[in-house]
Order: sequence, then structure tokens, then C-alpha cells
Amino acid sequence: MSQHLKNITLKIWRQVGPSDRGRFESYLVPEISDEASFLEMLDLLNEQLISEGKEAVVFDHDCREGICGTCSLMIDGQAHGPQKGTATCQLHMRKFESNDTIVIEPWRASAFPIIKDLMVDRAPLDRIVEAGGFITAETGGAPDANLIPIPKPVADASMDAAECIGCGACVAACPNGAANLFTGAKMAHLNLLPQGQAERFQRAEAMVETMDEHFGSCTNHGECEAACPKSISIDVIALLNADYLKAKFKNRKNLSRI
Amino acid sequence: MASRSLRSVGAGFRADGVVPSSLRRMAQTISNERGRGPVSGTAVGKRGKRKPFLIDFYSTAVGKKYVMAVTGIIGIGFVIGHMVGNLKAYLGVIDHQGSRAYDIDVYGEYLRELLVPILPHGYFLWIMRIGLIAAVLLHIHAAYSLTILNRKARPVKYQSSRDYQVANFASRSMRWTGIIVVLFLFWHLADLTWGWFNPGFEHGAVYRNLDASLSRVPVAVLYIVANIALGIHLFHGTWSLFQSIGWNNPRFNQWRKGLATGVATLIVVGNVSFPIMTLAGVIEYDASVPSVQEVSE
Repeated sequence: MSQHLKNITLKIWRQVGPSDRGRFESYLVPEISDEASFLEMLDLLNEQLISEGKEAVVFDHDCREGICGTCSLMIDGQAHGPQKGTATCQLHMRKFESNDTIVIEPWRASAFPIIKDLMVDRAPLDRIVEAGGFITAETGGAPDANLIPIPKPVADASMDAAECIGCGACVAACPNGAANLFTGAKMAHLNLLPQGQAERFQRAEAMVETMDEHFGSCTNHGECEAACPKSISIDVIALLNADYLKAKFKNRKNLSRI
Repeated sequence: MASRSLRSVGAGFRADGVVPSSLRRMAQTISNERGRGPVSGTAVGKRGKRKPFLIDFYSTAVGKKYVMAVTGIIGIGFVIGHMVGNLKAYLGVIDHQGSRAYDIDVYGEYLRELLVPILPHGYFLWIMRIGLIAAVLLHIHAAYSLTILNRKARPVKYQSSRDYQVANFASRSMRWTGIIVVLFLFWHLADLTWGWFNPGFEHGAVYRNLDASLSRVPVAVLYIVANIALGIHLFHGTWSLFQSIGWNNPRFNQWRKGLATGVATLIVVGNVSFPIMTLAGVIEYDASVPSVQEVSE
């Protein structure tokens, strides 16, 4: 049986636009089902605000099933809230109790400017993918399955990294605002596979240096791994570091051949 | 021909680090000023304009972390060697060239004699010292630059309190423990190398100077506090360096935290024992034992 939580206080960051200073505002949710998702709770709050003639709280969301990476939110000081290995959209009110005060803040990083309220611009993550998150492949008819043999553990490691949905929780959770987990995941995804080898070291250098233009540096706290809705391991950061050094050597050597 | 093939591959990557303005307009709705500009980019760079490898590498955050890790390894090696060498204080007086002498004084003299006669007296010690000084300076410079970079990466802090999950006291206090260790390092040199703060300092009389310094309770407390800070710094540093250098092997990863705990414990227990044992009277200078210099003469 579903139960109802009563008297939830929400402290939500409201900010009119990028240049506004912003402030917390408190809202009371008198009653909410514990089966409501966190975002449904915000939907209900917004309906209430709209019916009162106030402006709705702006927040990012899309698929609401944990695969698109659109939702964000710092909930009670944790990226994607207190539940491990899930995005905000998969967080449900049963994780909270009656009379709780829930603090909701946008993700903060110089690379993620606030657009409005809880919505931030995460475009620099796209810049990193543009720099090398692709392979060159023949187009045309689809190739036969298993044409390129890949050892199972290698395929698994690559798939674990490929789980990254690009939500930016790693940056939000990192005390340094670093994007090493995101970049490491995107690199490991392709660098571990045979299909990714041709561009491996150009990818490593281009992606890491694009990352460097926007984000902080890794000090190995491990907060990113704890916040990641896909629980991607910081092992990918070690791979990023190793491949970057190799890339520096190999790319210079290759350039010298020209 | 070779030139064309490589360039054509490179063309897919951001040439000169510049994102086409059409793309930038499309995706970046707010600010064009947040980026710090291209870093180096030998992957796509033109030939002949490249910076020397190490400077190029050091100009990136990942490169600086490599430098922090490598200089950290040098530091850990030194600190362990230093602690083990100091354990000689517990061996007390030995027979040296037919006379009595403190074992640790003989060891101190031996360090100056290293690689003699290939190098003159004291030269190799200075080579090692210069290496250590360079490592410390690089470690500090990299830490400083990365701290500035990280501050810029989040100019507006979270306005509510963070609920950290795995970041521990050691990882979050690295800058503070580092500063404590550097300040202590100056005191330590002024005390036992230059002798400024050491009552009745005698150059080369290691055991005497050690006892004279650590018999003072406030100094002993300072040594204990500083070495605990050093231990906390080494705990995170030892684990962290494996990640920074990319030494990640599923077979051995489970040992990294254990190794970090071991190194930190070894250093703290070893180094803290000296002030405690001096106060307890286990390390106590006996003026009747001749110094190594007197024995050599």
C-alpha cells in the first residue's frame, strides 16, 4: 500500500536568469504519495504554483527512466539525491520522510552556467565529445555481427564505460568541478575496443585538452563515482591519465613523420 | 602522401582547438567566455611550433598531476629512507675505527662519503639534495596551479551544505596538511641542519643535536603534530598517485588503499617515536662519547 508523506518543506534555488544573484525559496508540499517520483513531486508543486499565478520552477528532465542524462539537481548536498546508482528521475519520495526539509540546488561549475532556477547549460560536455568521441567507420550496409572478435572482459569494460549518460553529476559532485570521470568514460568506451584504436591517441589528447579548457582537475576524492547514476568506476580516470601520456609521445612521433 | 593521410585523420579532431562558430552558437546559449582557450594540441598542431615535450605536458592539468605523483614518489622514498636512517638513533653507541661513537653520527658521515672517491666528499649528498629541492618546488608549484584552476572551475560555491560520500578527511585536507609539512620542513632544517634553534648546536653531532632539540616539550609536540599531518598527507597521496599515473590493474587495485595505510602508519609510528623516546629518556646524549669528527682525526 502506498503511503502519504506530509508536510515536506522544499528549499529550492530560484534564479531569474544567468546574471541574477539567485536565492533559496521555501515551498510547502502538504501531502504527497511515497510512490511519486521526485520529479512528479516537482510537477505537482509547479501546477500548484501556476494555479496561484506564480512562476513555475524550471528544471531539466526528459526520459524520466534514467537513460537520457537530462535531469540533474543537487538534492540535500548530493548529485541526483541520496539513492546510489540512479538519476534524479528514478528517485522516489519513499526515500524521504514526513516533515523533511529537502534542499534543491542547481549544479555548480563555471562550465555549467545557470540558465534559470535549477537548469544549467552543460554544453562543454558536448565540446569534449566533439573533440574525439567518435570513430571512423565504413558506411553502407550493416556489417555482420561479431565480425571483429573482442574478448568478453574487454567488451564488458567498454560497455561499463559506455553506460555514461552525460548528465554531468561527476562534475557537480567533484569538489574541484572536474570532468575526468565523464571524459574518462567517453575515452574508455572507444579506446578499449578494436574499432577505437585508429584514433585512440588523437582522441586521448584532443578530449583531455578540451576538458582542460573548461573544467577543474582531478584530486582523486572519488565523489564522482559515488554520484554517478551509472556507477562508472574511477578506473576510467586512470585509463584517461595513462592514455594521455602515451598520446603525448605517440602523437609527437607521428607528427615528426610528416 | 604520408602527410595527407595523417592530416586527413586529424581533420576530424578540433583543428587548432577551435570549435566551429556555427556549433558554438547552436549549443552554447549563454557565454562564450567561460573557456580557457586551447591548451596545446599536438594531436592536431602544426609542425615546428611545438613547445618542448615536458613544458607542453606540464601545461595541462593531467600533466601537472603526473608531476605531483612522480615528485610525490620521490618524497615518499625520501621520507621512508629518512625515517629508517633515524632508527639508527636506537642503536646508540658502536665501535667505530677503534673508538666509541654514536651509530647515527657515523651514518650521517657516511652519507657525506657516498660515492667517494668517484665524487669528492659531500658532492653526492648535494646532488640528492638538489633533486629533492627540485621535487619539492615542482610539487608545490603544481599543487598551487591546480588549486587556482580548481577554484576557477567553481567560482560560485554550493549555497547549501554538501553531503560528501567518499571524500575523506585526508583527501579534503591535502592543501592544509601540505602547508603544515612545508612549514615544518623549514623549522626542521633550521633546527637540525642549520642549527639556528638548536641549543649548543654541533655540526655533525646528530645524536647530540637530536636530544637537545627533542628534549624540549613544545618542540616534541610540534614534531608529533607535523608528522601526523605528514601521515595524513601521505595516506591520500600514496593512493592517489596510482590513479594520477594511470597504474590501474584490477588484479592489484585492492592493494592500493592498504599500501597507503601502510606507508602512512610506518612514517607516523617511526617518526613520532623519536620525540616520545627522547622525552622518555631512551634517546639521551652522553657527552663522554667522542664525535665522529674527533674519531676521524
